Amino acid sequence: MLIDIENIEKLYELGATHVHAIRGISLSIENNEYLSIMGPSGSGKSTLMNILGCLDTPTKGTYLFRGEAIQDMNDDQLAAIRNREIGFVFQTFNLLPRANALHNVELPLVYDGTPARERKQRAVEALEAVGLADRAHHRPSEMSGGERQRVAIARALVNNPSLILADEPTGNLDSKTGEEIMKIFEKIHGQGNTIILVTHEKYIAAYSQRAIHLLDGKIEREERIEDSQKT
Amino acid sequence: MNFGENIGTGFSNLRANKLRSALTILAIIIGVMAIMGLWSILQGLQNNVEQQLAILGSNTFQVQKTPALQMGRLDRKYRNRKNVTVEHALAIRDKASAVKLVGPEDWQFGVTVKYEDKKTNPNVQLAGGTPEFAENNGYFVAEGRFITNNDVDRARRVIILGKDVVKKVFPYGNPLGKWVRVDADRYEVVGLLEEQGAIFGESQDNQVVIPLTTFQNVYGKNRSINITVQAWSADDMERAIEQTVAILRVERKVPPGEPNDFEIWSSKTFIDTFNNIARIIKMAAIGIVSIALIVAGIGIMNIMLVSIRERTREIGIRKAVGAKRRDILSQFLTEAVILCAAGGIIGIALGIGVAELLAATTPLRAAIPIVPAFLALLFSSAVGLFFGIYPATKAARLDPIESLRYE
Ligand SMILES: Nc1ncnc2c1ncn2[C@@H]1O[C@H](COP(=O)(O)OP(=O)(O)O)[C@@H](O)[C@H]1O
Ligand SMILES: [Mg+2]
Repeated sequence: MLIDIENIEKLYELGATHVHAIRGISLSIENNEYLSIMGPSGSGKSTLMNILGCLDTPTKGTYLFRGEAIQDMNDDQLAAIRNREIGFVFQTFNLLPRANALHNVELPLVYDGTPARERKQRAVEALEAVGLADRAHHRPSEMSGGERQRVAIARALVNNPSLILADEPTGNLDSKTGEEIMKIFEKIHGQGNTIILVTHEKYIAAYSQRAIHLLDGKIEREERIEDSQKT
Repeated sequence: MNFGENIGTGFSNLRANKLRSALTILAIIIGVMAIMGLWSILQGLQNNVEQQLAILGSNTFQVQKTPALQMGRLDRKYRNRKNVTVEHALAIRDKASAVKLVGPEDWQFGVTVKYEDKKTNPNVQLAGGTPEFAENNGYFVAEGRFITNNDVDRARRVIILGKDVVKKVFPYGNPLGKWVRVDADRYEVVGLLEEQGAIFGESQDNQVVIPLTTFQNVYGKNRSINITVQAWSADDMERAIEQTVAILRVERKVPPGEPNDFEIWSSKTFIDTFNNIARIIKMAAIGIVSIALIVAGIGIMNIMLVSIRERTREIGIRKAVGAKRRDILSQFLTEAVILCAAGGIIGIALGIGVAELLAATTPLRAAIPIVPAFLALLFSSAVGLFFGIYPATKAARLDPIESLRYE
């Protein structure tokens, strides 16, 4: 078992207003699963994703990641888990604008103390894996949206994480480029990675094996996606 | 900590915001430049003073009525002292065993030397002296002779000319045997001095010497004179000074327990006094520059806070991929230090440049102050470190999710 969350809740308190973004979710995710999280805007997809990605901790409930209790960890412990175990792909790419593709991909390795030479080599390999070896020295501003997202995927892959999280990775891309990106995820999944994908588009979710639908911070329903549904 | 990453990001950020970076560290640049320039000139002066005064010899000292270096108007305390007289000089000559030579002398500044239609500016220094004058002051005769005891005894109207005066008044012919005018009085030229060079940028060759007795006949006897005293050797200096002080206290009837009513100074006391003044100036400069650096530090803190706000997303990204608090902290501290150290280096270079320029275009000298340069670099870096702590801590504490959402 990779992930085991039990009855987690997330409450945002902004002065007098309280937003109950997650209201009791339990979920188990196996190694090498490909899960999609669906639901309307504001249903808590990103919040759940951030918790699963150890960017945030739940207000209540327990979260076991490979048996480690995440909910009680401090900032730096969470940072170490993210660095070692998790790769993120965001809707808005979130690349460092002043760094070239290679350096962006290297970034997670900078924070685990990998020596510069090995860092570079692994970053080049990750860029090759997403078909961007020839763009290594381009900055994000010199690349198309699809290319940027592939750099972000390379960055998510570079530290061989246990889990890759993608929050609407195709949301800012046209559908053709989006499909190319989904092909890359499919390939990564084929190599044994675990992927959690947030989307509100059915045809994107169709790439995954299992979809959970959120509504108002709860799991509304869960479905298995048969191979026959895949495009 | 990722030193390479921090330095790389630091420099790329500096480059990306050239103008802002430059403005931020302007105060540091100016502060460091000012202190380095001042320091360099002062050090140059100090070296010069020591060099020049070494010529005067380490075994001579002077007795005077008033201090050699006196800021502002002469104090009443000094003006009311008894004059130093030839009798005092004779007493030292008779009684001080550690003393080799005693030369009473008097000076008149700003005389004009004239021969036929040629004359100097009214800025020549006229000395009245005795034969000891030459050795005690380190003067050498190039041609002719110096003042003799005979000249002094008979108050002869003879004169020895310094090099500058010769150049002005006798550009061609041989001055020896000619009669020159000093202000209203006529003197026969009997000797010429070797070139002396300059002390504190002031030529020592714009001088003429006449017998002390002649001098007193013309300029009056009621003036306080200087006495130059030469000890037998540098080792005898202390004893020579002690004996001189004791003799003068008796001669001048200074009651026991009262301070001396005359001043003794050697090149060492002069150097000490000068170094004291230089030290006070340097301390004042350090004080002012410290204030400048604090002001600069506050500016840097302000700009760092702005920069961190602008780069909130970057911080979020770094945290998302695993940067710990101390990684972000060290990144921004490194940036602040790089910025300030750059200011320090530019300031040092400009300061030394300004000093060298002054040295090249004025009589001032410059010395490259290596230790102060290191200190300036150290302090400007310390300013970066100190004033970077608050913004960097703020950056390190940012929440990753909120940072990623920040627009
Ligand atoms: N940092 C926050 N502070 C307050 N409310 C938040 C915060 N983040 C999310 N929310 C609220 O929580 C709910 C779920 O948000 P989110 O997880 O972003 O939804 P989704 O990604 O499904 O659109 C929304 O009502 C949103 O306004
Ligand atoms: Mg969302």
